[in-house]
Amino acid sequence: MSSKSPLGRALGLGLVDGTHHWWLQRVTAVALALLGPWFAISLLLQPDLGYVHAHAWLASPVNAVLMLLLVPALVYHSWLGVVVVIEDYVPAKSKKITALLVVQFLHLLIGAAALFGVLKVALGSAA
Amino acid sequence: MASNLRPLSPHLQVYRTMYTMALSILHRATGVALSGSLLLLAAWLLALASGAPCYGWVAALLGSPLGLLVLAGVLAAFWYHFCTGIRHLVFDTGHCLEKRQARLSARVVIVAVVILTGASLLALLHRGGYV
Repeated sequence: MSSKSPLGRALGLGLVDGTHHWWLQRVTAVALALLGPWFAISLLLQPDLGYVHAHAWLASPVNAVLMLLLVPALVYHSWLGVVVVIEDYVPAKSKKITALLVVQFLHLLIGAAALFGVLKVALGSAA
Repeated sequence: MASNLRPLSPHLQVYRTMYTMALSILHRATGVALSGSLLLLAAWLLALASGAPCYGWVAALLGSPLGLLVLAGVLAAFWYHFCTGIRHLVFDTGHCLEKRQARLSARVVIVAVVILTGASLLALLHRGGYV
């Protein structure tokens, strides 16, 4: 143990692999810079978002496929961002780990619910 | 070694307050707010998958005055995070990092956010709300 350099002892101690997450944060950012405005503008331009019209919007293949890209990109980008915020602002290690667990499970739950919604509407109408 | 003995980077308070700093802090704040709004997106999609009665309930909530206020806030936060996010992506490529350029791009971002948010809110209100 004493033979390890200070760097050797520090490597791998972080909660996450920083470089990889930094890169993925940018990849999802670029995806969302395209998909985000598409989603907002597309819905804002709908004359009516009652059940029938909203259902038809989500059931259309192009919208459904783009939503299947948007939801994971949003959830992953949000996951990475919130993790960084917690790592920066929650000092105590036990609280930090609890907060990280809660946030990550919440993101999985939200992602699963949103994807299920998209798939059910999109595939339900195709059958 | 105790974790509180680790070296600290200069804290925020050693810097003079600049609007470029406020811009950067707000980028993080709107990011967290938008994370919270993912709950709305999931609720909307699940309601759409659950049928007309459930969707009507969620749509009524979103179409209420409070719901519209929340939606307006989400739209403003989204366009803000979008514009400052693009600014940060440009920074990541190593461009526009000079003080003068950073202040200019900050002003461009503010103008763009006002225009995009204003247009979105007009569209939202023009439809007479959500439903």
